Amino acid sequence: MQHLGFSHKKIKIGSFDFTCCEGCQLQLANRESTLPAFLELLDIRNFREISSEQHDDYDIALVEGSITREDEVERLQTIRKNARVLIAYGSCACFGGVNSLKNRFPIEESVHEVYGSHTVDTLPVRRVSDIVTVDFSIPGCPVSKEEVERIIVGITTGSMISLPKYPVCVECKQKLNTCLFDLGEICLGPITRAGCDAVCTTGKTACLGCRGPADDINFESFMQLVADQELNLEDLDEKLGFYNCFEEFRHDKS
Amino acid sequence: MTKVDCNIDVHHLTRVEGHGDIHIKIQEGKLVEATWAVVETPRFFEMMVRGMSAERVPFLTSRICGICSISHALASIRALERAMEITVPSSAEKLRLLAMHGETLQSHALHLFFLAIPDFVNTPSVLPLIKSHPDIVQSGLRLKEAGNAISALTTGRFTHPVSLVLGGVSKAPEKRELASLRLQLEKVIPDLDASRDFCATLSIPDFVRETEFVSLYNGSTYPFIGGDLLSTDGVRKEENDYLAMTNEYVEDYSTSKLTKLSRDSFAAGALARFNNNHSFLHPKARETASAFSLEPVNHNPFMNNVAQLVECYHIVHDAISMIDTLLNDPLQELKTPWKPRAGRATGAVEAPRGILYHNMETDEKGKVVRGDCIIPTTQNNANIHLDLKALAKKTLEEGKTDKEIQQLCEMVVRSYDPCISCSVH
Repeated sequence: MQHLGFSHKKIKIGSFDFTCCEGCQLQLANRESTLPAFLELLDIRNFREISSEQHDDYDIALVEGSITREDEVERLQTIRKNARVLIAYGSCACFGGVNSLKNRFPIEESVHEVYGSHTVDTLPVRRVSDIVTVDFSIPGCPVSKEEVERIIVGITTGSMISLPKYPVCVECKQKLNTCLFDLGEICLGPITRAGCDAVCTTGKTACLGCRGPADDINFESFMQLVADQELNLEDLDEKLGFYNCFEEFRHDKS
Repeated sequence: MTKVDCNIDVHHLTRVEGHGDIHIKIQEGKLVEATWAVVETPRFFEMMVRGMSAERVPFLTSRICGICSISHALASIRALERAMEITVPSSAEKLRLLAMHGETLQSHALHLFFLAIPDFVNTPSVLPLIKSHPDIVQSGLRLKEAGNAISALTTGRFTHPVSLVLGGVSKAPEKRELASLRLQLEKVIPDLDASRDFCATLSIPDFVRETEFVSLYNGSTYPFIGGDLLSTDGVRKEENDYLAMTNEYVEDYSTSKLTKLSRDSFAAGALARFNNNHSFLHPKARETASAFSLEPVNHNPFMNNVAQLVECYHIVHDAISMIDTLLNDPLQELKTPWKPRAGRATGAVEAPRGILYHNMETDEKGKVVRGDCIIPTTQNNANIHLDLKALAKKTLEEGKTDKEIQQLCEMVVRSYDPCISCSVH
């Protein structure tokens, strides 16, 4: 690959899925117009969802999904050993994601509800970082392809990689959206990390915080916003608990 | 010479969504085992919805699947709206149907070009085709992009819809955006033709196993959202009667459940929709079906790939005329205000991979008491399993090599475009 006469070495990459909807991996196949150019940067060594060719030598392992069964722990540890850099991507990998809602019920009750008397192996939901060292996290449900592209291009070209430190509110205001609090709805935009281009609030639905807390959030002032409008605290807790990334802030947590 | 021994063990089949294994065992020339085993980790969405407010549930259930999130959101929305007797403005209904078109086009293009076609041209993935067949790959990408563009405009983004809400939609597209989407769709019509011509050069395995096909049916249009449940064996039931249409059961070798109706298995998906509803397809889609000699009732599972292509024709043409209707729609009334109430109902939609049911029960506060989801791939599992047995037997008799048997077995599974994560929701 050449750009202005400089050439880069293709980066060896693997993409791996654990317990999840595989929607984040699917984002890698989106943005079709830039897809062939993006793929030019990469030497795809292992990506079961799109290719039958599988090898165990890769510099970057992209890991999607949360960990909910013993065989997944072993698979993840092997991937960690093979990879130089392990990136957790998507809210399930980074925080446990919506899957974590399962942890609120006793495992036996869940298994019985869905499978009756059949036994099924399943463990409480864990994040990727609960099992192995994670070098970088790209949150989002799903991840934004632009962000994943930017970070992978950054790693390939040796430039600095980072996520926005500010909250979704900043991006939402740039889009001149009417604030959902002004429409009487609790929105997690003021406390959630930006980088999604405020996609939910632009579609006039509340931010549910899939990218986790922004840096240095002012939670007190956020709670004041909720209190001033006398908004429903039960609704707030349901939103804070949705992706398992605001657990310490939940009102109903005993 | 008849094959004596053969062991095929495909651990985590590639180019499918989710994790499934194929086991084939032949001893002394006899087929001992042919299994399709889903080993995906279960997530327990049916527990997660318990106690959740109805309005939030579609945002949760859309996460059952990264490919057909719009179908899941709409199945939950339809179940909850029917349970709480919420009526939806017609503009919102039109936008929802257009959203379904976007998802189906995106999903079919992904399956045909990324997952299925590599087998037919003997490459491990689509990646080598970017260089060897750049034109057809670009056509596939443009079709997928057009599907994504429809989803993004009607629901706010490609995956995990933002603006599909109880009572209607939270936001409508701008007219100028609709007009530019229309242009984009017109531009992909030549890509449909290029795909048809390319697919006509591929050799579709000759394999027939008679089975039953189940899909939605409304008697007037090619169905996507709601309607009666119809089988090619003549069973017809109302949407709320979904349990009698599916008869779920569990087997030890699979974390996904299985289903049956009049026979040991049935199939859902593009071929099932085609078999039950082909007369409601757009003329261009019917013409394409004829070009591939696809006629109802077709019992070759590999023809599901062709049925998906036929549906792409229908969707692109139908989406264009729907946009024309929407351009003349004031798009003012988008959402009906609603009050929570206790109730229970089913929402059935045709997800890209087949008929999808969500059944939701609410209490008087609008919290979900109980949820049940029956996934297309769950319905296809028993059929895939029996196809594998029949195909292994046939290829054995034809004296094919281990490698050929394995490839054909993998291909028949991929033909169903299984969505395994979905099936173990």
